[in-house]
Amino acid sequence: MSSWRKLAVAAIAAACIPAALGFAADKGPLRLGTTPTAAQVEGWAIAVRPDGQGLPAGSGSVKDGDELYANVCASCHGTFGEGVGRYPRIAGEGKLTGDRPEQTVQTYWPYATTLFDYINRAMPFPSPHVLPPDQVYAVTAYVLNLNSLVDDDFVADRNTLPKVKMPNREGFNWIDPRPDTHDAACMSNCRPAADVKVSQTAEGKTLTPRTTGPLDTAMPQ
Amino acid sequence: MAEQPKEQLRTAPSSDRRRLLRTGMGAGVAAFAVAASGRARADDPSPPADPDWSQSLGPGIGDRVYGNPSHFEKDVIRRNVPWLTANAESSISFTPLQYQQGIITPSSVFFERYHAGRPTVDPAQHRLMVHGMVDRPLLFTMDDIKRFPSESRIHFIECPANGGMEWRAPQLNSLQYTHGMIGCAEWTGVKLSTIFAQTGLKPGAKWVLAEGADGAHMARSIPLDKMLDDVLLVYAQNGEALRPEQGYPVRLVVPGWQGNVNIKWIRRLQIGDEPWYTREETSKYTELMADGKARGFTWPIYAKSVITFPCPEMPAKGPGIYEIRGLAWSGLGKVKQVDVSLDGGINWTTARLHGPILPKALTKFTMEWRWDGSPALLQSRAMDETGFVQPTLTELRAVRGTNAIYNNNSIQTWQVKPDGSVFNVQLA
Ligand code: HEC
Repeated sequence: MSSWRKLAVAAIAAACIPAALGFAADKGPLRLGTTPTAAQVEGWAIAVRPDGQGLPAGSGSVKDGDELYANVCASCHGTFGEGVGRYPRIAGEGKLTGDRPEQTVQTYWPYATTLFDYINRAMPFPSPHVLPPDQVYAVTAYVLNLNSLVDDDFVADRNTLPKVKMPNREGFNWIDPRPDTHDAACMSNCRPAADVKVSQTAEGKTLTPRTTGPLDTAMPQ
Repeated sequence: MAEQPKEQLRTAPSSDRRRLLRTGMGAGVAAFAVAASGRARADDPSPPADPDWSQSLGPGIGDRVYGNPSHFEKDVIRRNVPWLTANAESSISFTPLQYQQGIITPSSVFFERYHAGRPTVDPAQHRLMVHGMVDRPLLFTMDDIKRFPSESRIHFIECPANGGMEWRAPQLNSLQYTHGMIGCAEWTGVKLSTIFAQTGLKPGAKWVLAEGADGAHMARSIPLDKMLDDVLLVYAQNGEALRPEQGYPVRLVVPGWQGNVNIKWIRRLQIGDEPWYTREETSKYTELMADGKARGFTWPIYAKSVITFPCPEMPAKGPGIYEIRGLAWSGLGKVKQVDVSLDGGINWTTARLHGPILPKALTKFTMEWRWDGSPALLQSRAMDETGFVQPTLTELRAVRGTNAIYNNNSIQTWQVKPDGSVFNVQLA
């Protein structure tokens, strides 16, 4: 067994999986795959963590982002990040409670690094991955500024972004609390018959697209 | 000249005779001739009818080199709700569950979820990179991936937003639109544990970022324990290559967990010691509770079921005997029991489960129903092998409010009216 292989098996055993790994472990390494070059890893490893790991070199200011945002983002997200038509609103104040909670970068997003990561991996929507790092930093700074999270003179880079204070940073419970309902399977006389009433129905609502014939593209009134 | 097939030679005289009958002769003669041949007319539906398709040759082999459903089944398509999303490229379509018989969803109608449209990935150029906290970062071609020992398993994939429009009130009068963000297939691929045995794992490795090759480079953080437990790197669905809609040439299948982590068109696995908190696990796919706090990383799909017949699209046709049919599933294991109520949850009867009953897969249930034509409120309630019982929407709302969007696994109520029509309703 080669030494890297011993390490691999040790690490996997440490991660508590059964010893049997099929013929891969039994009969030695399959030696499938090639070693990526440093340049390949750097080119692909775009993920950014809250502590800043993964943020590239470069920087961009709110001012640099102003014109860029107007040119490449505002057509969908609006001049103030308010969202055009059904495109997402990305900026502004609001409450997370009530019938219409307002989840924006300001009110909801826990980490500013996620904004860089997402714009870099997915925006602008019709032609993603066209903005070089300086420009991603610039629009990130600009969107943070639209959300009143940074000052007008803010410059985003790998050091400043992880430090941006996000109001909803502590707003998430990352441990799944389920099951959170009762596991009771009553079989008979489970509720008084008088209580069983239809309170709401989809009947008569005009929201349901056609379910036969060709695809329905109509919007409800 | 090519030799005429024997079959055709043998049938030629009779088709000549038919042409004669149809064109030249009077109705009386034709009727006599038909009677003489012992066959009823094609437009008489009573047996022994012999319609056109029985009196001619159908197209031969080579006519359809890749099969399609009968053209009479043209209603059986993925459909979408146009008002739900801003555009078609970041959107979702729904499986026509009202037509699904059994536990396997045909690949052609398996629901779609895209974040940047459906990419066209060339398998010859596609690579999967595995790097980060590993001893040996590796780059795999599709040929490499297919040479690893393979696994085939049947699992459902459900978008956690399935039923997400129904938290506040019933909105959509349709099984397809209330429950169709789900499909179940046989998936074939490589266990992630096999892949990680090749790369090795550094001490302290705990999380894996899975990332797609789509325009959105869709990315999620997944605990390493789950990856080593039962996650597959999948290249085939229902016996053939994955469909482009489902991640061709290669995707993750994360059994029992919300659809969104089953990254399609997968190009990269990065191993780390902490999650990345991507946009798809912070801004989206988190559940806002009534107090304004949110739940994140709520991955497993808890036990759920729905009656697929009758349903709004498939009404009852007058009193008589029917088979209530439905599907149940749990992301935590096998379905243990499904109960059906005809009276809105006052009394329940245990339905019959049909095999195969597989963990983290759709399970079929049925129950005989003698309908006397009186109004009914049909419900189904699943219980899984952990003992978890599918809750009512009232119970869910009491703990989670109405803003959660995701993980609505509540009991569905179908109201059957005396005329047999079926409506999506909620009970007080
Ligand atoms: C053609 C319209 C379009 C353009 C132009 C566009 N976006 Fe988007 N943006 C979208 C859509 C659609 C989504 C939602 C995508 C999804 O959910 O999969 C989105 C999502 C976002 C989000 C996440 C919203 C949320 O609440 O999670 C941010 C932030 C964002 N865009 C920023 C930008 C920036 C910055 C630019 C310019 C560089 C930009 N967008 C350009 C359409 C657009």
